[in-house]
Amino acid sequence: MRSAHKFKVYDFTETVPGDSDTPAREQVVAEIVQRLEPFRVDSRPVVGATVITKDLNIDSLAVMDMVMELEDRFDISIPLNDVAEIHTVDELADAVLRKIGGH
Amino acid sequence: MGILDRHLHLLETHRAMQATGADPLVVMERVLSPTEAVINGRRTLLVGTNNYFGLTFDKACIEAAIEATRAEGTGTTGSRTANGTYAQHAALEAEMAEFYGKKHCMVMTTGYQANLGIISTLVGEGDYLVIDADSHASIYDACKQTQATIIRFRHNDPASLEARLRRLKDEPGNKLVVVEGIYSMLGDTAPLKAFVEVTKRYGGYILVDEAHSLGALGERGRGLVEEAGVLDEVDFVVGTFSKTLGAIGGFCVSDVEGFEALRVATRAYMFTASLPPSIVASVRAALKIVRKDGAVLRKRLWDNVATLYDGLAKAGFRLGPEHGPVVAVVMPDQMTTVGVWQALMEAGIYVNVAVPPATPGGLCLLRCSLSAAHSRGQLQHMVEVLAEVGHRFGVLPQERSAAVA
Ligand SMILES: Cc1ncc(COP(=O)(O)O)c(C=O)c1O
Repeated sequence: MRSAHKFKVYDFTETVPGDSDTPAREQVVAEIVQRLEPFRVDSRPVVGATVITKDLNIDSLAVMDMVMELEDRFDISIPLNDVAEIHTVDELADAVLRKIGGH
Repeated sequence: MGILDRHLHLLETHRAMQATGADPLVVMERVLSPTEAVINGRRTLLVGTNNYFGLTFDKACIEAAIEATRAEGTGTTGSRTANGTYAQHAALEAEMAEFYGKKHCMVMTTGYQANLGIISTLVGEGDYLVIDADSHASIYDACKQTQATIIRFRHNDPASLEARLRRLKDEPGNKLVVVEGIYSMLGDTAPLKAFVEVTKRYGGYILVDEAHSLGALGERGRGLVEEAGVLDEVDFVVGTFSKTLGAIGGFCVSDVEGFEALRVATRAYMFTASLPPSIVASVRAALKIVRKDGAVLRKRLWDNVATLYDGLAKAGFRLGPEHGPVVAVVMPDQMTTVGVWQALMEAGIYVNVAVPPATPGGLCLLRCSLSAAHSRGQLQHMVEVLAEVGHRFGVLPQERSAAVA
């Protein structure tokens, strides 16, 4: 018969956020740029005006995964509904800052 | 720009595969049994058809379908909400509800439509739909059909779900969490007990898609909800008749009050024709078999899972994380996947090619699915053939390495 399925014990404490200081815009941009670096085409740097799904070699799934990381990094919710309207790194940074600001 | 130009890259990927002499879009020229068909003129062993209990050729199911066709005709030619609800549809719903010990059941025309219709109707503007990142296309498509806000959590990670529900805890609006019993690509099961606990702690509803676990899991075959002991706490179970039950169709069972409203609100239920009498009859016969002989079929299925999974692991292949009716063999890249797949076809073995974006984590997979109808000999043969091909394509080291831990 099948190997017994083990139910892991999950530690929910690790998801409780640390400090809640509002980060500076540059910090948010830097966090995004750092996550997009692996998807760079040639040596063109990732900057605020970079159009994420056009200028980079990244698919929509990887974009959604990055958004998930940002949600956890800044303890915010970025719905998929919003992701469709975000094109550039700047727009993503704005969205993150808006969410941190509670809008 | 031509109307289809946006899809050209998909066609090009397919053509690149064809250029190598492989075309994963096969035609089953003649289906001989639940485990064999003729493809490209060759008798082929089927190890990728989701036919978990092998019921597609069951005598009782076939007879029931024939009899229903003679008695009630070939199709209903109408929607469940118009002329398409026959006594049999209502009877199947009652039987499914009873099987799960739930009050309500809605039978739909496919599992895809069940997810699409039910999920998108349960939540609306102001609500939150919280889904596993590796959800099936039918769940993602439901996201596009609803006005609800969509939040995604890390695959099979209750802590990631917890973080998201915590962030939403002061938001008004219902929260619906959607997970699957067994994931269709890697064959891994959800940590359902933890998911249910977290969801309930935050006052949410939870829906479980048991497409690949109906029959395969649980003491009575009711899927992961039964195996994990959370059947009573899960708000909605969705499933399909197209895999273990060997036909086509979808369903949703629930105890939630007001469930019947879904019948007049779910567009994928209302604006499509209902299942034909033959299908409803064969599904009812298949459900009887699951209830009567499920334990025997389940044991055969899991014995076969062990033969294939352990055999391939021993040969040195990288596989999905756990035993399951779906066994995914990880390939290094798309061209190798197609090459190995083609070599298997030439050796008379059919499995599924699964490549991004249909797969999680950008993985290239040869997706195998087991059946209670497979013989051990068929699967041992498959292990031998795949090991030989794996060496030939450099997926396995030249020297047969020791078994992976
Ligand atoms: C997880 C999952 N849900 C739903 C479905 C849809 O089932 P159906 O074939 O009945 O449309 C499938 C099958 O493709 C599936 O794998």
